Amino acid sequence: MMTKFLSRNRYVVQRIGFTAITLMVILTMLPIVGTILFIIYKGGSAISWEFLSGFPHDGMRAGGILPAIIGTLYLTLGTAFFSVPLGIAAAIYLAEYAKDNQLTRLIRLAIINLAGIPSVVYGLFGLGLFVLFLQFGTSILAASLTLSIMTLPVIISTAEEALRAVPQAFRTVSISLGATRWQTISRIILKEALPGILTGVILGLERAAGETAPILFTGAAFFLPRLPQSPFDATMALPYHLFVISTQVPEMPIQIQYGTALVLMVFVLTMNVIATVIRSRARAKRQW
Amino acid sequence: MNKIIIENLSLQYSDGTESLRDVSMEIRQNAVTVLFGPAGGGKSTLLRCLNRLNDLTEIKASSGRILIDGENILDPKTDVIALRRKVGMVFARPVPLPMSIRENITYALDLAGEKRKSKLDEAVERSLKLAAIWDEVKERLNDPAIALSGGQQQRVCLARVIALQPQIILLDEPTSGLDPISTGKVEAALLELKKEYTVILVPHSVQQAARTADCAAFFLTGELIEYGEGKTLFTNPKQKKTEDYIMGRFG
Repeated sequence: MMTKFLSRNRYVVQRIGFTAITLMVILTMLPIVGTILFIIYKGGSAISWEFLSGFPHDGMRAGGILPAIIGTLYLTLGTAFFSVPLGIAAAIYLAEYAKDNQLTRLIRLAIINLAGIPSVVYGLFGLGLFVLFLQFGTSILAASLTLSIMTLPVIISTAEEALRAVPQAFRTVSISLGATRWQTISRIILKEALPGILTGVILGLERAAGETAPILFTGAAFFLPRLPQSPFDATMALPYHLFVISTQVPEMPIQIQYGTALVLMVFVLTMNVIATVIRSRARAKRQW
Repeated sequence: MNKIIIENLSLQYSDGTESLRDVSMEIRQNAVTVLFGPAGGGKSTLLRCLNRLNDLTEIKASSGRILIDGENILDPKTDVIALRRKVGMVFARPVPLPMSIRENITYALDLAGEKRKSKLDEAVERSLKLAAIWDEVKERLNDPAIALSGGQQQRVCLARVIALQPQIILLDEPTSGLDPISTGKVEAALLELKKEYTVILVPHSVQQAARTADCAAFFLTGELIEYGEGKTLFTNPKQKKTEDYIMGRFG
């Protein structure tokens, strides 16, 4: 009798536990789903071909957001151009070459701290170094470099993790077959770690695409009548544009604000989905 | 003829464990030499010295010489890449590289600069045949090597080493994870291999040592206790410790 009671009791506890956990999951999803639905509801009506492909006019109270979309695209690509090679190289160094010594610990400490710096501080730093000292001016170049520094810690740490996840035995075997360390890395390790690295890259760039503060003083323009022509031009960008039309323009039609937010969100979510697809495909194909 | 001469080899790992103590021995060409003894005896360490794979490990101190064809391979000036092509190694756990069966075999040749397809095809067939796995995989060379069974994987790993046409093949308990039938196949391949190569084997049991050894060396806590012809050593050991181990009194 006693054991029967106890075992039934355990099932009850288990059911309560599962229910609680499921509830928690639903609770965490609510804000995300809610935000998305709310923005679609408020801004969906603003989305049209003209909105996506036109320039703003009437003091930005009408027209489209094309320059901001293109600008964010440029800034994301510019950030990728600097941060991806540098980040992956740093990750390879840390995962494959660095010995466990004082210098390595210092580098790690620097990376961790880099990740903890508020984004507006990056903006000020970029203003001081890239815009003023190096005289790049308020430009795509200066903004991309600033965003790159901000993105680096994310790329380095996820890429390093991805490299470390590749079994040690592959390295030993490859070396034992007369491969050099670099041949081993370039032929086997990088290939196996690539999906993980790409995921980190996309997550880092996604953050860069959505940031306002770092580009505020380094590359973002309030309004430009034409698209940027070179990396030394300033540019409009979605997050900054959203900030501008939400706070700086009186009598702004609300659906344009939400429409802009919707475009930015779709931009970032698309990158997120790509990262997820890459990861799950690679996991299915993985041979270890 | 002696292929390898080991002189007063001692080695200590950074974590303080002493792995080899003043080991001297000569290893014969075209024979199977087994290194056996209880775990922690220094057998694997010795193997990893022979292809300098120990370079990947933190070593505190080492001394002595290893001469292969008269050249001291422990010399810092040694070309370790060339050495590792000459001294191939098969590990305890089969580790197929994450690629097809064929690519596993051609990987090292490709790295060494061999790009001609005819040469590569030839090497694939020859080495898979020598490792007694050709008939089982010839129809599916482009399948991932991981899809094979453990015993097949290990023979592909053996073929991968043979493809480099080394002079010496080191095997570190290559059959420890295999069933008796696969083990038999690997052992049969070894007998075939010793005609062309110098084979050094760390067996996974005394029985395997006795079955395969032309020469046998008994290691205990880093020391070479006894070394001699396999037949004599297993039937009539000179040292008490060797006899105790063979008889299964400890280990």
